[in-house]
Amino acid sequence: MINIFQYYPRRLCSRSVTLVRYCLALRFVYQSDINNENMQRAKVSKVLISTLRVWSRSASYESTRKNLKITKKSTLICQGFTGKQATFHCKLAKEYGTNLVGGVTPKKGGQKHLGLPVFNTVKEAAAALKPDISVIFVPPFAATKALFEALEAQIPLIVCITEGIPQHDMVKFCYQLKRQDKSRLVGPNCPGIIAPELCKVGIMPGTIHKRGMVGIVSRSGTLTYEAVQQTTQLGLGQTLVVGMGGDPYNGTNFIDCLDIFLNDPETKGIILIGEIGGAAEEEAADYLKKHNSGPTRKPVVGYIAGLSAPPGRRMGHAGAIISGGKGGAKEKIEALTNAGVVVAKSPAFIGAHLKKELTG
Amino acid sequence: MATMLRSAVLAEHILLKNATKVLGSTTSNWQPQKQQTRNLNVHEHISYTLLKDAGIQVPKFGVAKTKQEAKKIAQDLATKDIVLKAQVLAGGRGKGHFKNGLKGGVRMVYSPEEAEDIAGQMLGQYLITKQTGEKGRICNAVMVTERKFPRKEFYFAIMMERAFSGPVIIASSQGGVNIEEVAAENPNAILYEPIDISKGLSKEQAEKVAVKVGLSSQKDKTADMLLKMYDLFCKKDALLIEINPYAEDAGETYFSLDAKFRFDDNAGFRQKELFALRDWTQEDEKEVAAAKFDLNYIALDGNIGCLVNGAGLAMATMDIISLHGGSPANFLDVGGGATAQAVKEAFKIITADPKVHAILVNIFGGIMRCDVIAEGIIAAAKELNLKMPIVCRLQGTNVDDAKVLIASSGLKILPVDNLDEAARLVVKLSNIVSLARDAKLDINFEIPL
Repeated sequence: MINIFQYYPRRLCSRSVTLVRYCLALRFVYQSDINNENMQRAKVSKVLISTLRVWSRSASYESTRKNLKITKKSTLICQGFTGKQATFHCKLAKEYGTNLVGGVTPKKGGQKHLGLPVFNTVKEAAAALKPDISVIFVPPFAATKALFEALEAQIPLIVCITEGIPQHDMVKFCYQLKRQDKSRLVGPNCPGIIAPELCKVGIMPGTIHKRGMVGIVSRSGTLTYEAVQQTTQLGLGQTLVVGMGGDPYNGTNFIDCLDIFLNDPETKGIILIGEIGGAAEEEAADYLKKHNSGPTRKPVVGYIAGLSAPPGRRMGHAGAIISGGKGGAKEKIEALTNAGVVVAKSPAFIGAHLKKELTG
Repeated sequence: MATMLRSAVLAEHILLKNATKVLGSTTSNWQPQKQQTRNLNVHEHISYTLLKDAGIQVPKFGVAKTKQEAKKIAQDLATKDIVLKAQVLAGGRGKGHFKNGLKGGVRMVYSPEEAEDIAGQMLGQYLITKQTGEKGRICNAVMVTERKFPRKEFYFAIMMERAFSGPVIIASSQGGVNIEEVAAENPNAILYEPIDISKGLSKEQAEKVAVKVGLSSQKDKTADMLLKMYDLFCKKDALLIEINPYAEDAGETYFSLDAKFRFDDNAGFRQKELFALRDWTQEDEKEVAAAKFDLNYIALDGNIGCLVNGAGLAMATMDIISLHGGSPANFLDVGGGATAQAVKEAFKIITADPKVHAILVNIFGGIMRCDVIAEGIIAAAKELNLKMPIVCRLQGTNVDDAKVLIASSGLKILPVDNLDEAARLVVKLSNIVSLARDAKLDINFEIPL
């Protein structure tokens, strides 16, 4: 039986399209000259299963990965707009060329800030401006509310810079987040996301970035800047840099970004920066084994911070806890190496390794 | 739907494969080498109080700060079997010893007079266990509790687990001190029951766990206990509540005989009473001082002090120092919002450690502004009259202003742009200082103009 699904990229599926394809596929099966009833039944169940897979994915959080691909045209609002940190970084974002169109600060709706309109709620801002991205600079005690507001307003990309959101709150938010398909969260406790020379959302220093060919995804903030600077200085440049953040319950993980990078023709090489704690790097290694092999594979260079950290210490990041033998740097390095990733021993040579892989 | 099924199976698979490792983090026997800086750990008697207030059955107990109090509590308990437990935040108390020679931080006594005597020998003394290091920890309180003779021991824990994206009940009919071996040898003896965070824990689900773990005769009481545990878990922003063992005593009532809590630091702003219970005497003084300025500091054993912004970069800095043969003296993350004052305090704390021979400052400014860091370093160097070499590597926001400030300060701060070079240099300098000290020589560094 012809797999008609191969002609449609999965991400284009909406539920109604899925239903139509299901019916077409069924019709095809019944009209075919397979006389054997058992074979027909087997074919029908195969169609059913692949339809269900597509159906679930089309209504799933995974389908929001495409919202990570920010462009020069992407419009941005800022929650917590009139605060000190937000003002400082929104100014820099504007200077960088990001399309900042307004912001939200409760009780200051109607005012102007940095020459742009301020609204009382995200709902009002979304209705007036229809932004693609919302960046959250709200302190921890109010950040959860800000997140839910952005989710309800269906902002396609929510970037939460705030550090210190209680884990219980994030568990509850991620529960809702993962059951919808309109908004994607990056963070919390992250430096943000930047498409160099196009759009900067967050606190990263824009000057060290350069448009180029490397996709970078990282759990750390400042360690990401090291990798960015190295790739800029070596002439490689970046296509997209995503800081996932260091919290254990977050909106975007390595695999989401790897999916984007592997399918982006501009991205020729990938850098993955991980840390001790949790299993995100191991899962990323599994993903790469399945999706980044053979002649079309893209070179991936990794670095895992914390190899010299003694066990049981909490080293700053909420997510970076080694406990009971699980989540150690050695295991992660092994898993990634087995998936074909070149793991740099020193943080100062991440860029150099990738240059070698790309030109080597 | 298929993806959900797949992730549930994956989570099960991960947990089954890693049961030991997951449980390794939750047993009351396991404790980190040193207490985690920003993580709230509470004394045993506070754990008991929390459970009692939540309506979970614990043995009768009292907390004594003097030996007379210990005697009174022992008398009130009206039992011949009393346990004295030194309230020290470390594991391995039973096998530890006090600086004055008294053996064991957990002692059985048989009369109020004996309780008074032994408590008197414990209070105000330093208890040394496998986990406290040579210095030991001060014992300022002793818990006096009735001794229970457990017949059957169960293990219950509720924890927030990444693999399940939420809370999960972990239970076993083979509780007690050997739970880690159980997890290793017989993973099927551990059961996992994920809780839907939006619905909470229902009575039916709690009863299901009780039956599965072998307590169907006590179904109601156990389910009740689990519901109360979950309620406490949510109310106090706990990341882990572990009751090990949950045991039946001779009278066929079930008690929680030991409990370990782990709380979410991020929830400090809304759990003020809980965080006020933090016992600062149990923590390293330097880490206490650091926390006052919102600095994340962990003391280590080496001789190269580090000052970095960002936990990932701080760990990477420690890694690169190790790669060049050096040994970091500390982990220090000044965070994104540190002021010049905080940076100065950070320097004070690092240099208060006599082992530090050289300091590496590695700042990549994002939120952190390099000129703020430079002001802090200059203020610290001037005020503390620092003799040891400081290698300073700055990059990012306002870096040029920072370089100008440092150059015009006239202080002995070596600027290096390349991280690898900076690490190599600081290790070399620290070796030079070590050599000099070994030869009992004083050494003074000069920067040529």
